[in-house]
Amino acid sequence: MRIESRLAQIGSQADPKTGAVNYPIYHATAFRHPKLGESTGFDYARTKSPTRTILEDAIAELESGDAGFACSSGMAALQTIFALFSQGDHLIVSLDLYGGTYRLLEQTMSRFGVISSYVDTNDIEEMEKLITPNTKAILIETPTNPLMMVTDLEKVSRWAKTKNLLTIVDNTLLSPYFQRPIELGADIIIHSASKYLGGHNDVIAGLIVTKGEELSEKMFELHNSIGAILGPQDCWLLMRGMKTLALRMERHQENATKIAEYLLEHPMVDEVFYPALPSHPGHEVQNKQSSGNTGIFSFKMKDARTIEPILRHIKIIAFAESLGGVESLMTYPSVQTHADIPKEIREKVGVDDRLLRYSVGIEHVEDLITDLSQAFEKARIELEGR
Amino acid sequence: MSDNNHNNQSKKFATKVIHFGGEIDKQTGASSVPLYQASTFHHFSLEDLPDYDYTRSGNPTRQMLEDYIATLEDGIRGFAFASGMAAISSAFMLLSSGDHVIVTEDVYGGTYRLLTSILNRMNIETTFVDMTQFEQVKGALKANTKAVFMETPSNPTLKITDIGQITDWAKDHNLLTMVDNTFMTPYHQRPIELGVDIVLHSATKFLGGHSDVVAGLAVVATDELGTKMKQIQNGLGNILGVHDSWLLMRGMKTLQARMEHSEKGAIRLAEWLSNHPKIKKVYYPGLENHPGKEIHEKQSRGYGAVVSFDVESGTEAKGLLSRVKIPLVAVSLGAVESILSYPAMMSHAAMPREVRLERGITDGTLRYSVGLEDIEDIIQDLEQALY
Repeated sequence: MRIESRLAQIGSQADPKTGAVNYPIYHATAFRHPKLGESTGFDYARTKSPTRTILEDAIAELESGDAGFACSSGMAALQTIFALFSQGDHLIVSLDLYGGTYRLLEQTMSRFGVISSYVDTNDIEEMEKLITPNTKAILIETPTNPLMMVTDLEKVSRWAKTKNLLTIVDNTLLSPYFQRPIELGADIIIHSASKYLGGHNDVIAGLIVTKGEELSEKMFELHNSIGAILGPQDCWLLMRGMKTLALRMERHQENATKIAEYLLEHPMVDEVFYPALPSHPGHEVQNKQSSGNTGIFSFKMKDARTIEPILRHIKIIAFAESLGGVESLMTYPSVQTHADIPKEIREKVGVDDRLLRYSVGIEHVEDLITDLSQAFEKARIELEGR
Repeated sequence: MSDNNHNNQSKKFATKVIHFGGEIDKQTGASSVPLYQASTFHHFSLEDLPDYDYTRSGNPTRQMLEDYIATLEDGIRGFAFASGMAAISSAFMLLSSGDHVIVTEDVYGGTYRLLTSILNRMNIETTFVDMTQFEQVKGALKANTKAVFMETPSNPTLKITDIGQITDWAKDHNLLTMVDNTFMTPYHQRPIELGVDIVLHSATKFLGGHSDVVAGLAVVATDELGTKMKQIQNGLGNILGVHDSWLLMRGMKTLQARMEHSEKGAIRLAEWLSNHPKIKKVYYPGLENHPGKEIHEKQSRGYGAVVSFDVESGTEAKGLLSRVKIPLVAVSLGAVESILSYPAMMSHAAMPREVRLERGITDGTLRYSVGLEDIEDIIQDLEQALY
């Protein structure tokens, strides 16, 4: 079956007892043992729970992996993965990184002796220099958030294998509908499923997919021991969202491309960062490894002073954190999502006070362009009037 | 804490558990807190940032639950987690590589696994001691000791730790004190009143009470710990979902009513088991001969609803489990339905056999969590199963 069909049918044939086309929500925490030493496969809901299992199997299959794990947030998924490592281990990590991941590595993992180096993960030469005998893994975001830098997954995971490193890919922005890193050599996929997979800005969730039996077993142990699991109601909501992933991604991409092209021509805009644009440095690699583009992009205004009035005047587009929902959201990374990254690192990669990130929703594209255009115009008039 | 948490320290527990500040929705007057199933929140302006911006960092429904448990435990600030283990692992994340922690030897199997298979790799060192022996606790102190972790009564042999004594000593040595209060709940036991820094709960048990939500809660005693714990909860993201937060609050409203009823049954069951010829040993803090009974009565207002007993052998235990009709044979406890567990193969399966036996958890040990069924039915059922 093609991915559209598999998405639409998540869990819809999994309840033979009643034939319900949506899998039931099992709220039970404990499961009766038919006999001592016998189990229905379910004992305690932290370890394994029926509704969660449907979701976990679905994401594993969609990502071409062997096992899936649903966590209480994207950060909880990362935390669970990082527990694979021990004191003294070293990680190589995307330089342009989600602020929450940076914080987890620098505020928590560092206290437990797990050290990270930040680098452009497309730059193998630079990574060669950073490698130590303790280097255990490389964590890649592609495209990165918010600057949309693209890493060649096949090339980098092939290199990582020669160095015995695990390749971990954050696939939040593209989703398995557009990109399946395990097929390109990755070992572990992580999702903030609060974004495109859920798609409705109504559930916080994280997903992990592992490739290989040994890694899958280890992850199962960690998931159960740390206990940062996703509750059944949220599992169900997430699956409900995933059923429309294909439709939404197509529309997100279409809208984002049109708006990026509009902004590229706008006199108040300095730069637009979006791999769908032929001018983007990662355009070719992106086209090679993904079947499409995400619905978010970033752009830099020429004048930082226009940001505040723009955010005040947008009407349809909400000024809020997060991304990947059906509704359009505008984020100001330097004060919101990336506030925890030190200014010098932020500015080194280009996340400065002129940068806005736009998560394009599935509203009508003309309404979105009109909204931007009127907010830009009001910002311009306010600045001139000063 | 949000302004919903008005000062109600003076109220009796039964009143507090209902009128905790979130029983009425301020905006609509609704008699139950709404579920804010939103992941993100609109910023009306850049200058005036909203109270909530992203649900991992804060959510109005979860906040109500967090204020609720803080009120019940008489703490400063509460935190809701995806499971009891998520709460416990977060508390241990307050420590750093190279730190040492003293832990009660018959700690919950999941906590044992966390300490011996994950935190050990992060170079967190643990010494397990019999916490009923104060000398052992004192003897475990090292230069890098940072915390003491207690569980009282312990699981499943219900050993009693003197919370006040150990906490006073820990304070003299600048150690952080943590208590897993799952078995007693704040209805019976409020460790913060005894000087403890962090109280932890598997809220899946008595607080939720209906075997329908997996959740963990933490309450801290100081603002400083509150800030640190908030950073960890937000940083690790192991939060409790909105729907589960709401379900848990719904369960907590009947905490006292459920505990009172189950406890009456547990007292009767413990006495009945004590007089049964096939029972080798009964563990229940309400029994006259239970070691530590006096200490327990000093620090707790009741005995709880869990009774453990030893039927002599693994064969006997397995036979009994196959014959009982009323209780769920399952892991977990603290629910409206009675649950009979076999620690050797369930909650303590993660513990090596020799370690388990050393800690008194024999192959014949069973744990009965008394539910809301009629106690005479429960006893009759056990009677036929023990033939």
